[in-house]
Amino acid sequence: MNLPLLSLAIWVPILAGLLVLATGGDARAPLQRWLALAGALAGFLVTIPLYTRFDAHSSAMQFVELTPWIAQFNVNYHLGVDGISVLFVLLNSFVTVLVVIAGWSVIESRVAQYYASFLILSGLMNGVFAALDALLFYVFFEATLIPMFIIIGVWGGPNRVYAALKFFLYTLLGSLLMLVAFLYLYNKSGGSFAIMDWWKLPLPLGVQILLFFGFLLGFAVKVPMWPVHTWLPDAHVEAPTGGSVVLAAIMLKLGAYGFVRFSLPILPDASRALSGFMIALSLIAVVYIGLVAIVQNDMKKLIAYSSISHMGLVTLGFFIFNAYGVEGSLVQMISHGLVSAALFLCVGVMYDRLHSRQIADYGGVANVMPKFAALMMLFAMANSGLPATSGFVGEFLVVLGSMKTSFWIAFAAASTLIWGAAYNLWLYKRVIFGAVANEHVAAMADLNPRELVVLGLLAAAVLFLGVYPLPFTEVMHASVNELLRHVALPKL
Amino acid sequence: MTDSMLSGSFAPVLPEIFLLAAACVLLIADLFVKSERRTASYVLAQLILLGCALLTALVSTYSLRRPVYAFGGLFVGDQMANLLKLMAYLATAMALAYSREYLLDRKLLKGEFLALLLFALLGIMVLVSANSFITLYLGLELLSLCLYALVALNRDSAASTEAAMKYFVLGALASGLLLYGMSMIYGATGTLTISEVAQHVAKLSGNAAQRPFLVFGLVFLMAGIAFKLGLVPFHMWIPDVYQGAPTAVTLVIGSAPKLAAFAMAMRLLVNGLLELAVDWQQMLVILAVLSMALGNLAAIAQVNLKRMLAYSTIAHMGFMLLGLLSGVVGGNWRNAADAYAAAMYYTIVYVLMALGAFGVLLLLSRAGFECETLEDMKGLNRRSPWYAFVMLVLMFSLAGIPPTAGFYAKLAVLSAAVSAGQVWLAVLAVILALVGAFYYLRVVKLMYFDEPADTTPIAGSGEMRLVLSANGLALLVLGIVPQPLMALCFAAIKAL
Repeated sequence: MNLPLLSLAIWVPILAGLLVLATGGDARAPLQRWLALAGALAGFLVTIPLYTRFDAHSSAMQFVELTPWIAQFNVNYHLGVDGISVLFVLLNSFVTVLVVIAGWSVIESRVAQYYASFLILSGLMNGVFAALDALLFYVFFEATLIPMFIIIGVWGGPNRVYAALKFFLYTLLGSLLMLVAFLYLYNKSGGSFAIMDWWKLPLPLGVQILLFFGFLLGFAVKVPMWPVHTWLPDAHVEAPTGGSVVLAAIMLKLGAYGFVRFSLPILPDASRALSGFMIALSLIAVVYIGLVAIVQNDMKKLIAYSSISHMGLVTLGFFIFNAYGVEGSLVQMISHGLVSAALFLCVGVMYDRLHSRQIADYGGVANVMPKFAALMMLFAMANSGLPATSGFVGEFLVVLGSMKTSFWIAFAAASTLIWGAAYNLWLYKRVIFGAVANEHVAAMADLNPRELVVLGLLAAAVLFLGVYPLPFTEVMHASVNELLRHVALPKL
Repeated sequence: MTDSMLSGSFAPVLPEIFLLAAACVLLIADLFVKSERRTASYVLAQLILLGCALLTALVSTYSLRRPVYAFGGLFVGDQMANLLKLMAYLATAMALAYSREYLLDRKLLKGEFLALLLFALLGIMVLVSANSFITLYLGLELLSLCLYALVALNRDSAASTEAAMKYFVLGALASGLLLYGMSMIYGATGTLTISEVAQHVAKLSGNAAQRPFLVFGLVFLMAGIAFKLGLVPFHMWIPDVYQGAPTAVTLVIGSAPKLAAFAMAMRLLVNGLLELAVDWQQMLVILAVLSMALGNLAAIAQVNLKRMLAYSTIAHMGFMLLGLLSGVVGGNWRNAADAYAAAMYYTIVYVLMALGAFGVLLLLSRAGFECETLEDMKGLNRRSPWYAFVMLVLMFSLAGIPPTAGFYAKLAVLSAAVSAGQVWLAVLAVILALVGAFYYLRVVKLMYFDEPADTTPIAGSGEMRLVLSANGLALLVLGIVPQPLMALCFAAIKAL
């Protein structure tokens, strides 16, 4: 049986989303919820064979599909995954299931549109990870903006319009310049949009550097790297819980993934020439944004800044050009996907009960919600990089990798463990511990079974990846080595 | 001049002859139509358009390989003309479907509207197929005079009358400039036939004494073209006319005539003066940059949707020029066909988007209520999720966000500009497109994020709803499968 698994991973959620949309108004909300869950589960199930049938010893693209799409521009519907991208397809489909469950009783208005947006978004993001044609990649990459714009703008907080517009325009600016870079490469390569053709394309250093900045804007805004990160805290604070989860868990990874798929192998000389610059930006994110996170009063903003800081570690790992760094970054991306999703869900759980995200409004939650407090403890620890959680593996590998480059880079990178512990533990102490702060907190009920399932699944994943990361890292080895071979190869 | 050009074959002119006769019949037949709804005239007009389409399809089988000439070379039937004509029929048929209820509500649905619309279409067809300055001018004036009259259709409205006067005076000035340019070229080459002009210009352009004449004439031709396309600094009429005319007429002006203006640019610049590409490409760069900048920036400040769409037209036509100006690089026209095909694709997609956007405005208008300010879009998603979605697709398509047809249009012209080495122009264009995205997003924001101020249910006839839905979906489908239309455009330009 040779199913087009990647096409299924893309189109099953999108079609499910359209189906949900077709069911009509809010009167049919229960049906729409079950349909959405079925669609999300189906979308997750079709991605499982991608892992079980994946050949970890090969660095080649697998599950390849190739059909001509736009002949005039030699664009193909070209899909495939390697050890770098396959895990993100799985992570994305997994998180979508959780998001559907998490929104079950929270979203009361325009239910169909809510679920349709998430399902379509999920399919599009699978498309970004699976695309091997640059234009196809771009189409998916840009199209993700539309559902996210709607999600933030319709179901978001009081300042949602500002946040949605800022999110859209920031990311559009970056990606439009990336499009010009794509067109330049298309022209230089004699009319090919195939990413793997571009890997072999010789380019002079000056051109590589210009293209690098074209890509950088597209990807750095998405990651987001300091100093183009300012849209993220706004978007996170205003987005509904599900929106924040998808944004942090998957959407930020699109940018980081872009660096691995495009910048490093296509522009290896510029990447090496500018590695100092990239490392500096990454370390500023790790240290400065880590400090910024400590002083936040809003829980979502705090986690948003923590995301930026962690993504700084990811970009750092890519630009130290060794296997520890790149693999550490990839593990960190998966781990951060799980942990940040979990933390935003935790904030969502509290927000649903108290309708506040301000740390000052909470206190002593452990007294009324013991199960919740235990789970959140695990996620806070994972976010600060405690050993035996997934957060540790990635951070440790990146620090180890940067030690090979320079002691001081490793020193600054390792400081993330201190900042992480500071903002996570202080947040946890103020919100969860202490005496019950007020009667609203006293009235909070502990997790319902639905919330318990969602957070429990994430907790299991976080612990599993922390204790036994081999199933994840072994998939990556071959592809990461191949990537590093490309980066080491000058192509002036 | 070849024999085939001299042989008096009427075949390529059949659609025009049919339309002329049929429009006259319609004008007379309408006198006997009593009903307020004018169903008979309306159906007749649609049937006439269908007849034209069938005839053009028939004619195009003759001119598949190479252009066919008629009237001693005054008139040319080639694939570009055929494709643009077919698109013009489609646009006119859609404009009819969209505007019927609106005009009925305002007691403007008269035989004159239908006849003027068909004569304007005839003007477009003549212009599109022109192979002589005279034919071109004839088509242009027929089109323009019909449009002046259409703008003044609601003669009791001061705004409409003012817009019509403005349009007429400026249009006459532009025609004068165009004629003056033509006379200069005629003086230098001694012929009015465009294909012969091309041969003479090829010989003369190296001649230092003659070249200034040609370039001088070119400048005036360019002014005329820029006026018709609405490019800065010849754009002054667009916002006023778009706002002042009844929305149904704005829809007409904003759609099919763009195809004619594009064809006019192609006939004059590419078919006639390709040897002077070095000169006119520079002019187009300036026009393109100014149009994209002013169009996008001024659109942000608009509260009136029609005016906003007017500035958006200016910006879009500027963007389209990126294709036209990238054909010839250093005397080499290897990529020229691709670049012109990209511009043509852009124009066709733009016409579809403009039709849809004004169609939504017409749908939301009703007797005694004009939907024309941004406020009127508020909460459309609450009132009608489907039409909000259609408008969403239209707005994202205008902004050039995939997966909509507008993205591939932008992609095609940007790709042409980059392969012509105009990378910095492309960068500037995308930055201005980003500015443009803001005001399209604002419409989406109003529809989806705000609560409706007006909760009247959405009216609109069945056929209008059907066509509008198809229009929105077409832009989405063309975004997922852009190949067929693109292939048509590329084939049409390659056959030039």
